[in-house]
Amino acid sequence: MDTAHARKPGEAGPAIGTRIPRRELSRLLHGAGRYVDDIKLPRMLHLAFVRSPYPHARIKSIDVEEARQCAGVEAVLTGADINHMCKPLHGVALHRPGHRAAMQPLMATERAVWQGQTVAAVVAQSRAQAEDAAELIDIDWDELPAIVNAEMAIDRGNPAIHSELDDNIAFDFSIDNGDVAKAFKDAAVVVEEELRFERQVALTLEPRGLIADFNTGDGSLTVIHSHQSPFQMQEVFSHHFGIAEHKVRVQAPDIGGGFGMKLNLYAEELAVVASSIHLGRPIKFCADRLESFLTDAHARDHNIKARMAVSADGRITAMEVDDVGAVGAYGMQMRFNVAEGMMAITVSGAPYNFDDYKARTRSVYVNKNLVGMYRGVGLPLACIVTELLVDRAAAALKKDPVEFRKQNYRGKSMLPCVTPGGQRLETVSFHECLDKLTELMDYGKLRSEQETFRRKGILRGVGIATFLEQTAYGPPYYGPSGASISTQDGCTLRLEPSGSIRCVTSITDQGQGTLTGIAQVVADTVGVNYEDVGLVSGDSAISPYGGGAWASRGMAIGGEAALKAGRLLKQNILDLASAITQTPAANLDISNGQVINLQTGMQILSLAEVARIGYFRQDTLPPAFDVQLSVSRSFVANSQICYLANGVQGCHVEIDQDTGFIKVLGQWAADDCGRIINPLLVDEQVRGGIAQGIGAVLFEECLYSPEGYLQNGTMVDYLVPMAGDLPDIQVVHVETPEASTELGAKGVGEAGLIGAMGAVWVAVNDALAPLGAKIQHQPFTPERVLDAIARARN
Amino acid sequence: MKASNIGYTRPRSLTQAFEILAENDAAVPLAGGQSLMVALNMRLSAPQLVVDIGELEELSQFSCVGDTVVLGALTRHRQILESELLREKVPLLPKAAAHIAHAGIRNRGTLGGSLAYADPSAELPACAVALGATIVIGSLQGTREIKAETFFKGLFETDLQAGELILGVKIPVIVASTSIAFAELARRQGDFAIAGVTAVATMAQAQIKSAQFVYFGCTDFPRPANRVAAAVMGLKSPLAAGAELDTAVGQDINPSDTAGMRGDTKRHLATVLTRRALDQLFGSEARDV
Repeated sequence: MDTAHARKPGEAGPAIGTRIPRRELSRLLHGAGRYVDDIKLPRMLHLAFVRSPYPHARIKSIDVEEARQCAGVEAVLTGADINHMCKPLHGVALHRPGHRAAMQPLMATERAVWQGQTVAAVVAQSRAQAEDAAELIDIDWDELPAIVNAEMAIDRGNPAIHSELDDNIAFDFSIDNGDVAKAFKDAAVVVEEELRFERQVALTLEPRGLIADFNTGDGSLTVIHSHQSPFQMQEVFSHHFGIAEHKVRVQAPDIGGGFGMKLNLYAEELAVVASSIHLGRPIKFCADRLESFLTDAHARDHNIKARMAVSADGRITAMEVDDVGAVGAYGMQMRFNVAEGMMAITVSGAPYNFDDYKARTRSVYVNKNLVGMYRGVGLPLACIVTELLVDRAAAALKKDPVEFRKQNYRGKSMLPCVTPGGQRLETVSFHECLDKLTELMDYGKLRSEQETFRRKGILRGVGIATFLEQTAYGPPYYGPSGASISTQDGCTLRLEPSGSIRCVTSITDQGQGTLTGIAQVVADTVGVNYEDVGLVSGDSAISPYGGGAWASRGMAIGGEAALKAGRLLKQNILDLASAITQTPAANLDISNGQVINLQTGMQILSLAEVARIGYFRQDTLPPAFDVQLSVSRSFVANSQICYLANGVQGCHVEIDQDTGFIKVLGQWAADDCGRIINPLLVDEQVRGGIAQGIGAVLFEECLYSPEGYLQNGTMVDYLVPMAGDLPDIQVVHVETPEASTELGAKGVGEAGLIGAMGAVWVAVNDALAPLGAKIQHQPFTPERVLDAIARARN
Repeated sequence: MKASNIGYTRPRSLTQAFEILAENDAAVPLAGGQSLMVALNMRLSAPQLVVDIGELEELSQFSCVGDTVVLGALTRHRQILESELLREKVPLLPKAAAHIAHAGIRNRGTLGGSLAYADPSAELPACAVALGATIVIGSLQGTREIKAETFFKGLFETDLQAGELILGVKIPVIVASTSIAFAELARRQGDFAIAGVTAVATMAQAQIKSAQFVYFGCTDFPRPANRVAAAVMGLKSPLAAGAELDTAVGQDINPSDTAGMRGDTKRHLATVLTRRALDQLFGSEARDV
């Protein structure tokens, strides 16, 4: 669904606001993509890992002799061989006082603390040979009892996974604003929920992978890395291996999906680099699907208790949230696995106008794979907790859930404001989004149909979920964390001699289409056609320093940097054109790649001609004229913690009460991500996120045995929705431009997922309401639905 | 995820295939490869020799002789799904094939492979038992025939001996007085069934005279559900089935707990599907699919 776009004067151009498909699509669809596993370097070797089969076990001995004798094997390496080459990982966030984590070695040596942790690496001529040899490595294990869930981790009667920490609590943080106890005492209605979220994986189409290439000749390191942030990894490799930063280059080629998972720091990837330094050869490691399930950063694994107080006249007066997240066996360096819990408690309740708020989050260590960044991080948890309570409260007061929300939202007249969880709301648009959404989904009709179906014994549910998306985290967030994470991004623009533009951006793209959006901004800002802008990205050696892709920052930060670079290049071009034509630059403009005279409207010079003179006929210019046709600009808002986007989603479901199967009949989104650069790609971001959100609530689950063993590790038994499992998804927009930037864009990468998870949770519970049943355990498998119905009947 | 260094051979004739299998105790036949290739790549299986029978013409017959449909072992799931002949003569098979995985898998996966592998959630083994099919088996020693209901012996376990190959399946043509049913629950379209049932019933005056119910996805291997068959005997309407039908389901199948689903949930789902199958038996004309 398209929307009209109000463009700022002087910025009107054909590219921004246009539905342009991703620029790399044709290349990828022709099979001409260049992913890590497509790349072969001379003298390159392949690495396969031996991993702990146990959640927790002592390593009594490792015998690698037989493996060393195998055909094609160049080396068999254990932690004893390479751990000393690299500073240990330490996933502690300095901006979270009290956060503790143990030091993590490259590979386990005496003890493995999760199933999948690496213990040895075989480097061979081919991956198959490396796997052959890996099977022959003989490890004598002594299995130890494992801490397998949050309850066990919190119980101080259980041993600490890392004795240096003396218990399994990583982080314990509380918020206490206002008089919550009094608010609950005075409340007319108190509603409560106790929710469980199982673990998920990101499931990128292309698994993680890298080629580490240490050059023994000059001591330089090049890493071709399926990673969202080449600059982050340049700093990590430089720091951990003691290689001067200018000798480290990280290149991100085509990447088949990141979803935040490829932002994390993996000890096993550092082990690949260590192996390359050790052997002086390029070494490739690409995780296979089973390895991806075991060791790609996991997400969720939370238990949340929450309650909400409401007055007799229907005002939400207070909220209380208690979250526990089981984050795995170590802290996640650079990105910190306390983030899910922190987001969950700082954003819960934020759309609603109340002041009394109390919350606590604890992150605890368990003998499981590390939790890390994943699309939405803790924001879906905040959305679900809040919106489920809001629906319960509306039901308790016999109010329509839409009217109840409208009554309690923080409206435009209250802005700007700071929520008791600490969110500064400035340009949010809850009422506007909800009005658009209810019209789009024909809310009234769905409710009346629901009544008709209920009378026939058919369970249909309607869910509304309001959400906030914290996009483009800035310096106030990451700066004090101690991690060298750049929240700025940069753009270099060069006028090519033929009059086209080459753009080098520090933003990376894993399939979102951000680079297409950046090219659109550049095209309109300079005044050239979109097709005349070339894009280079993903190389830490050539672009201005920057972050890359995370927290939906590409357009908000990278787009603004491109706008600033475009402005500068345009001015330089006009200055040169002015010198050539002896016309004041103020009277000139650029449109469609032509310099035009604003007074006559005539095209007076092509950019090709400007460039020809600028590059090859400087002799015709005044002696002091300074030709600058390559420019760089970086952008970051020093004091801005994030750009807060928002929206409301609706979901319509039907439940088969005999089988527990849930069918999503419809999904709608009214989204406000500020100014929209490319409506096609924004809509597809929202739709893709919604698909992932529906998957999270209905399908996705890492299935663990009671002893802590992961039981599913293939795409046959870890379910994600396929096209046939998804409804038609309709997307509309409210555009409230970000006030602090010229471009006005906010992020949109996570909105679809956050809102969808909330809406599906609410809709399914709404459908079950006539039976008096509640479902509080994600994913909503048929068994959990049937159990919920059975509990209500008994 | 690379297969071990295994041997591979592609015999040019059935006789040559039998000779190779007779000489190599550890040889494994490869037909459509939709189960074996996965097991090889995940190193769950590392046979010394894979014998690729996927191109043998002798195993590709597809015909109707008198009252019997004869399907070669290499009949692809897609052929079953799209066959006009089967739609007319054995409509249960195309009805079931619609539930088998996805197009790419149906293009390659074979009937013989599905029967030989005996996956407890597979559709075709259950249909073979319900339809009273006969499985034709060959080896260097000659051919033998065995009824489907005695062919399946346990979880991934059949009567197939070393050196033997399934040559094909003989299936009696469905007659006018026969009613069929097929119902399964899969989490997503094309997934393995978490519970399924197929039924073939002889009807007279809209009453069940005799019936064969076979479960899959919620039992170790396909076999006649005799107590369910007895419980539905003489029924004149699906609504006439009482609680004793659910009890019979519980006696005929005893699903074990699997990752993510308890056995009692599967049993419940099987009772739901049994009633849906009954609806189909009564709701459809004998030849209607």
